[in-house]
Amino acid sequence: MSAFAAASATSTGEAVQFWVLGTVAVLGALATVLMKKSVHSALSLAATMIILAVFYLANGAYFLGVVQVVVYTGAIMMLFLFVVMLVGVTAADSLKETIRGQRWLAAGCGLGFGILLVAGIGNASLRHFNGLGQANSGGNVQGLAALIFTKYVFAFEITGALLITAAVGAMVLTHRERAERAATQRERSEARVREGKQLPPLPAPGVYARHNAVDIPGLLPDGTPSELTVSPTLRARGQIRDVSGEALAELAALEQRSGDWLEQGHGDTKGAAK
Amino acid sequence: MNPVNYLYLAALLFTIGAAGVLIRRNAIVVFMCVELMLNACNLAFVTFSRMHGNLDGQIIAFFTMVVAAAEVVVGLAIIMTIFRSRHSASVDDASLLKL
Repeated sequence: MSAFAAASATSTGEAVQFWVLGTVAVLGALATVLMKKSVHSALSLAATMIILAVFYLANGAYFLGVVQVVVYTGAIMMLFLFVVMLVGVTAADSLKETIRGQRWLAAGCGLGFGILLVAGIGNASLRHFNGLGQANSGGNVQGLAALIFTKYVFAFEITGALLITAAVGAMVLTHRERAERAATQRERSEARVREGKQLPPLPAPGVYARHNAVDIPGLLPDGTPSELTVSPTLRARGQIRDVSGEALAELAALEQRSGDWLEQGHGDTKGAAK
Repeated sequence: MNPVNYLYLAALLFTIGAAGVLIRRNAIVVFMCVELMLNACNLAFVTFSRMHGNLDGQIIAFFTMVVAAAEVVVGLAIIMTIFRSRHSASVDDASLLKL
């Protein structure tokens, strides 16, 4: 099977797979660049990476295809999503340009670079394909292992050192040494009283007669929404549903309707009485 | 179909990633674009490995993946540290040497 797959000539099935999945991969890459929210970018990139894994499999790199799914989409993209959840929720991407015309210049540079790359590939004499049939004959993983542990064993050892350094570096970078003693609960409560902040628990969100969802601010007695009742995260995301105006309009409409009904009913009863 | 098409696809993805690095301001998205460029290179390596009929290209792609994993770990840690002190993930806000 492995001798047949990734041979020098490609089958029609592989061509169809390339054109369909390649289109999706390019669309995913474009979405990664163009999406406004970083979560959407991360998901588009994950889709592109899964498609690349399929291409690795089609090219006879069975081990790399599986590693791509496990390491890239499984570990790296989830790490990205974790950091997006930690950082990106309140961090809005600034859309104003700090250097004038930088976006168009960058797009132009990208276009020129792409043309250069494509022209280079087009001019190269890439006509002969040996295919991986012979190299994969003893199994793809076995072939890779034989190379890693003989020809590339030194690079492999250095990779181990790199991984250990990266792990230690991440721990050093994210570790925070506490410079002073943490304030106790009593000290914090006393400080709160001294600063005159909100002493009791924050008021609950929602208008209990109609809604009690967390994204709806509670209304003060005069009908204005209270800022204290909703989480600052939801406010930063712009996910607050403000019902105060809506509720007041509905109330006015209800009064109008009941007034109409009463008037009508009054008129009817008067008519019946007559 | 000629397998050279895989190389064209890799070039296209690399270009999109490079343009994204230049265009985007959010450090996390810039980082994702770098990952896209690395993946495009891996695709080219795997295709070359198929062309030449040996597995060296796949070995290089494997090492690229390992380096990318290490890079992501350190890079995201740096982004987290900058975010803690600056409360922003924008690459423009980290223009000062002092944190």
